[in-house]
Amino acid sequence: MSEQAGPDRTRRLIIKGAVVGGLAGFGLVGGGLMRVQAADASKWPKDAFAQKTEADAIKAIYGKSAEESDKVRLDAPEIAENGAVVPISVSSTLADVTSIAILVPENPFPLTAAYKIPAGTSPMVGNRIKMAKTSKVVAVVEAGGKLYSATKEVKVTVGGCGG
Amino acid sequence: MASTIRVRAVSNGDTTDVQSLIQHPMDSGFVKDAKGDLIPPHHIEVVEFEHAGKTVFTALWGPAVSKDPYLKFSFKGANKGDELKVSWVDNKGATDSVVAKIG
Repeated sequence: MSEQAGPDRTRRLIIKGAVVGGLAGFGLVGGGLMRVQAADASKWPKDAFAQKTEADAIKAIYGKSAEESDKVRLDAPEIAENGAVVPISVSSTLADVTSIAILVPENPFPLTAAYKIPAGTSPMVGNRIKMAKTSKVVAVVEAGGKLYSATKEVKVTVGGCGG
Repeated sequence: MASTIRVRAVSNGDTTDVQSLIQHPMDSGFVKDAKGDLIPPHHIEVVEFEHAGKTVFTALWGPAVSKDPYLKFSFKGANKGDELKVSWVDNKGATDSVVAKIG
């Protein structure tokens, strides 16, 4: 197993008095036993993350396509020296934003990250992503049931599909 | 003892600004190790932030999110001293969680 899972699992076992051993146990245990409810892996849209094109990925996660909008703001560097760590932030002035997604069409799997924005949470997210090579970066914002997007080209000096 | 999650939540009156840093390899599945074998994908899939029993932010991540992922967002409706729960689960089923105090 990974270095990550080892200590984490040990800690959880101690917390729960060694009730559950399986790695998948978190989903099967009643709320009463858990000190803190773990994130729910079933929410992960596996299909959308497996799509090879940007359009297919957007369709898979939202079921529709996006139109360009100047109300979507995408902050990304013009040149990223290290493709392994490219800071990207997305915000919007649109009302009723429910979701934000970030896609890199030239990556093996374009869909990089998707965020759910419930009412009361600002339509803004900042994160860091990996880019295999120079590519457009596409920000998609779902607002009022419609999809809007903004695009920016990021030049990558050293590709960083993790390496 | 040591959590994989570091979170800082600061209230600015109406809005709470949250920044988090999680320790995780976020292996993409496209990188080879020293022997030339592909390192299989190992990445966080879901991160949830919860305040007062309500999910205020959900991140769904693929393998192209950077190693030791950083995240920034803000939400309304919390007060100083409130608790913010953060939890993640990865594609191998490992999880971690932490409860932070909003400062």
